[in-house]
Amino acid sequence: MSVAILRQGDALIAAIQSDLTDAQVLALRDDLAERVGRHRLQAVIVDVSALDVIDSFVARSLRSMAITTRLRGAETLVVGIQPDVAIAMAHFDLNLKPLRTAKDLDEALVLLGERVEEDGDAE
Amino acid sequence: MPNEVRVEIARDEDMLPARAHGRALALELGFSRTDATLIATAISEIARNIIVHVGKGEITMKPVQEESRYGLVVTATDSGPGIADLEAALEHGYASRGGLGLGLPGARRLMDDFDVQSERGTGTTITMTKWRVRDELELLRERRRLLDEKHHGEQRPDGAGP
Repeated sequence: MSVAILRQGDALIAAIQSDLTDAQVLALRDDLAERVGRHRLQAVIVDVSALDVIDSFVARSLRSMAITTRLRGAETLVVGIQPDVAIAMAHFDLNLKPLRTAKDLDEALVLLGERVEEDGDAE
Repeated sequence: MPNEVRVEIARDEDMLPARAHGRALALELGFSRTDATLIATAISEIARNIIVHVGKGEITMKPVQEESRYGLVVTATDSGPGIADLEAALEHGYASRGGLGLGLPGARRLMDDFDVQSERGTGTTITMTKWRVRDELELLRERRRLLDEKHHGEQRPDGAGP
């Protein structure tokens, strides 16, 4: 799958590398939900800066990712929504709660309470 | 004018080339990056509509030119069962199968013109267009070019058109 997954402390960073098919988006959601428990994560950061289209399905999948990981005990933050993509998403009149966003990875890590610590446990 | 592009939609992954072609054509026609993204997103919605509700169809993207504007006409056709309740399908939040309640209304909001023709048993055709108004300079250049051609072609003494 074209998603790079990195571990940073008790956060997991999923950096989407290219446009995903619907099936890949759902697989990512399921994979992240599973990893939250396996790695005892506090947070999942999904970097979508490589996506040049986020349609209503992907938007709702991101929201569903946030809800799923929250139910599993971790926060999800989406980072890097491109300006044009944000404008397109605004047309959908979509309720994205409880999706949290940040401008980039650095800000996301700050928002998550700077619980960045090297634990050498990355995969 | 760039040529018309046709993309068959049969699988999930066919949406990606459809989107990419739409974006490329839009940029070629001078649409802004933002408009190109809106067009690509709308194409994504109607492509998914085909995949989820019918399974198979095609999308054509055709550049058009009018006196004062350029347009990209996107047509999605399928020969599926048709949409039972068209008005409901175009309403926000409607979902018949697969839980997609935003596809068509979303695409409609992203484009300028939007039309759905659907007949039970024969299929559905969605036609949607995004327009770009040609700016003054572009129009002046075009008029100048036409005048020049006319002069060279017909050698009218007054050079005035109708």
